[in-house]
Amino acid sequence: MTTTEPTPEVVVDPNAINLTINGRPVAARKGELIIAAADRSGDYIPRFCYHPRMSSVGMCRQCLVEVEGPRGPMMVVSCMTPVAEGQVVRTETDQVKRAQEGIIELLLANHPLDCPVCDKGGECPLQDQAFSHGPGESRFIEEKRHYEKPIAISDLVLLDRERCILCDRCTRFADEVAGDALIHFTSRGNNTQVQTFPDEPFSSYFSGNTVQICPVGALTAQPYRFKARPWDLEKTESTCTTCSVGCRITLESSRDELLRYQGVDSDPVNHGWLCDKGRFNFESVKSDARLSNPLVRDGASLVETSWSSALSTAASIITSALRSGGATRVAILGGARGTNEDAHAWAKLADALAIDSVDAQLGDGLPAAVLAYSQATIDDASRASTIILLSPDLKEELPILYLRLRDASEKKRSRILEFAPKGSGLTRYAWKSVPYMPGNQATVVASTLSESAVSAQMAKGSVVVVVGRSNLAESDEYTMAALDAVMAAHPSATVLPVLRRGNVRGALSAGLGRRDAVDILTDAANGEIDCLVLVGSDPVADFPDTDLARRALAAVPNIIAVDTFATASSTKATVLLPAAAFGEKDGTTTNLEGRVTRLARKVTVNGTSRPDWMVALELADILGHDLGATSVAEVHADLVSSNPVFGPATRAALSAHPDGVVLAPLATVTPTPVAPPVAEKPGFGHRLVVGRKLYDNGRNVSESPSLAPLAPGSALHMHPLDLERLGAADGASVKVSGDRTSIVMNVVADDSVQRGTVWAAWAQSGANIGELIDATKWVNDVKVETL
Amino acid sequence: MARLSEENVRLAKEIISRYPRARSATIPLLHLAQQQDGHVTNEAMAHIGELVGATSAEVYGTASFYEMFKFEPVGKYLINICGTMSCALMGAEELMHHAEHRLGVKLGGTTDDGMFTLERAECQAACTEAPCLQVNYRYRFRVTDADFDSLVDDLKAGRLNDEIPAHGTVARVRQHIPVDRGVGAVPPEDVTEAPTWMDGKAAL
Ligand code: SF4
Ligand code: SF4
Ligand code: FES
Ligand code: FES
Repeated sequence: MTTTEPTPEVVVDPNAINLTINGRPVAARKGELIIAAADRSGDYIPRFCYHPRMSSVGMCRQCLVEVEGPRGPMMVVSCMTPVAEGQVVRTETDQVKRAQEGIIELLLANHPLDCPVCDKGGECPLQDQAFSHGPGESRFIEEKRHYEKPIAISDLVLLDRERCILCDRCTRFADEVAGDALIHFTSRGNNTQVQTFPDEPFSSYFSGNTVQICPVGALTAQPYRFKARPWDLEKTESTCTTCSVGCRITLESSRDELLRYQGVDSDPVNHGWLCDKGRFNFESVKSDARLSNPLVRDGASLVETSWSSALSTAASIITSALRSGGATRVAILGGARGTNEDAHAWAKLADALAIDSVDAQLGDGLPAAVLAYSQATIDDASRASTIILLSPDLKEELPILYLRLRDASEKKRSRILEFAPKGSGLTRYAWKSVPYMPGNQATVVASTLSESAVSAQMAKGSVVVVVGRSNLAESDEYTMAALDAVMAAHPSATVLPVLRRGNVRGALSAGLGRRDAVDILTDAANGEIDCLVLVGSDPVADFPDTDLARRALAAVPNIIAVDTFATASSTKATVLLPAAAFGEKDGTTTNLEGRVTRLARKVTVNGTSRPDWMVALELADILGHDLGATSVAEVHADLVSSNPVFGPATRAALSAHPDGVVLAPLATVTPTPVAPPVAEKPGFGHRLVVGRKLYDNGRNVSESPSLAPLAPGSALHMHPLDLERLGAADGASVKVSGDRTSIVMNVVADDSVQRGTVWAAWAQSGANIGELIDATKWVNDVKVETL
Repeated sequence: MARLSEENVRLAKEIISRYPRARSATIPLLHLAQQQDGHVTNEAMAHIGELVGATSAEVYGTASFYEMFKFEPVGKYLINICGTMSCALMGAEELMHHAEHRLGVKLGGTTDDGMFTLERAECQAACTEAPCLQVNYRYRFRVTDADFDSLVDDLKAGRLNDEIPAHGTVARVRQHIPVDRGVGAVPPEDVTEAPTWMDGKAAL
């Protein structure tokens, strides 16, 4: 029997390009640069200015290679020249070597060669390439160019212009990636230098990246300067959990002290970039204010004691609360700052004790149902044809997500449709930014989406809705109703939830979101809770309604706090247990898109601190429950096998995928439609909007000496015309009153604030805006008066 | 004076409207700022940034590339004496010494009355007329010490006001190009009339 084989169809990729590099065939794609193709084929071409995440500028000429041309070999700049079919590239000929040596000799002509005292020495591309591709000697005997060494271009970054080789990486980064073109080349020729505008510092949230990508030691970071030599640093890869973007980083330490974090290029997440808060808050891990031993209350004071006695006190508090009134008398708040394993251990403890009053969020997030929609990743959002923002100011809360979405808009992949109570960092990149008065967003969203231009735009391709809490002074139901309005208009849209705390998604997925913190604290204030366990949470400082938090904590007879620092909430604690901090414990974390990655321990814990999971397991043990695990690996294994959401995030899968494993939506909750009442325009006064700034009173900022001064402090922002109507001058003190109380704040004219509203930043030093927020109200209005 | 005056903001907007991209107007606006204050002030650069949608650092970076934008106060008359080869051979050094004595300032300095700034310049492309100098970029050829003295006397007495306006003045007659005739507003092949400001003086 004969069968005729179907002739295989030859699919010719129209973008495929074949070239040879150093005699070996290399497959490339149309538009790819020679230097990128050579990187893949293992033919290293030296370079200074080329950076794969930024546009090519051909600034340094170190990457010259030989390409066969019609008139013989010619020298081309490999970071500017795309590959071509049949191209013959040579990277190691004598001609190429001469060019490389010539460039190095020229670059070193003005270079101070102060490598022995330079932070970069030992990991410096100029130093390394001077050895590998330099001439070995210089013919220059003339005097070198001199500049004042170094000048501060921001609070965090210093510039030594003598070392600068004018590669344009920092300036390109500031302009293209960060969108903060606050540094620029000035002057010309031999005087060309990187400069800020006089008296206008390079105060970008992303300034630390320039230090990392500077190919010489021209840019140095204040928190790291002269702290270590690169060869003394030990490095481990981990994930930043300062916010929920989850940027990949290296933890670098010397002699058991964290000294530096550097960005790692994770393609789906951070592209190598970090925000300055994430990069520099390692300082807070080594703060002297860290708790180092367990404390137990003795009368008015907390006294240091051993772990065993502190844990047995804690266990007896829990036992007596359970005995007196059952599991409803015990509540657990927190867990969003720890690892997935921490959250799992606490969730298991709560299960064992049948505790239902558990919330990882502090009334500042969204219902866990937001994780039940069809989910989008950061990549999905940055490729969507329409990005709908129902979110807080991402530049302030989730900085690297801001960079990714800004890039999507700048590169014209996506159009951003923003709905916001106040102008945000992304407003200037938005295709359309629609302001709304808090309390009315669902209506505004629905009517905007029915406009023909908008629906035409949404019909063009994929739609991703970025949802988070844009205002702490209103009910979270408004955001959920606005989300429902989008889903009703465009059911195929996917959702990228932007809950802010480092591992809030992990904590909610692990089962630490059972009851709303607002209800738990209300119960507590009514005397219905006997024991409150705070797992890395500080309601007095973090819960939007300060008064309720204070009343709740005052009414609870026994508080058990597990934290890295003593907090406003833990001053009332009966037991205060020191927790291991980021960098001091292993585990995994889940970022906002549900991506699970590994965390690493780099330094030993402070004092006798223990990781949260261990505290939960030990408490369970004393309370007579065996949670079936004794190590973090066992907790992880139990999480993966017992919680289907975490099913794919096995140890093996995480080892195989350093970029992480993305979890499925949370199936345990179902979004229920909400219909909060439309709040009329405030009759008197102004509607209150409370958001966040990147730098605030949070411990990782306030305990990092380099970052603490960057927090702007408390102020009331008001539209200039409203300010004029009030008759107050910009900067004047005003009285701001809610129903309960009044506070005095400085008022700032800000035209990103809508008329009829006022805006204030959460958790800033000075007047606390939380005093004016009533969490039981749909929206909060305040009255502003001159003093 | 600091930021652009109201009248100059109006002009600035007219200039910006001639370009497809606002940023393209940066250099003309820098000239406008220099004309207003005699040099380019920081406040003016920040203002220009606001007008064209650039950061102050970007405006400063662009401006500082050009030698003819000055960031420090400059005298009403900027005297550039050429010091390059032909002029040097023909006595530029001596002329500079003389000028320094006559004005009582070193090269790079400005007289106390704010009238003169003296600078050394590179070749001004008048090598056949060496030594030469420029006053606010107006040439003086084969300059002797006596020529220099009478130049200074004439400038002080205002006898050259017609020929040499104050430093920073780009032109005393400004062309007002209507928006619909700005760069890129009309494809060249569609242009059938000479620009209005040419006043019929030139053929297309
Ligand atoms: S400071 Fe560094 S990154 Fe910036 S241009 Fe100079 S060498 Fe390049
Ligand atoms: S964006 Fe968030 S995760 Fe990334 S470096 Fe900053 S704080 Fe860390
Ligand atoms: S790396 Fe190609 S020119 Fe600098
Ligand atoms: S050398 Fe003086 S004008 Fe040329």
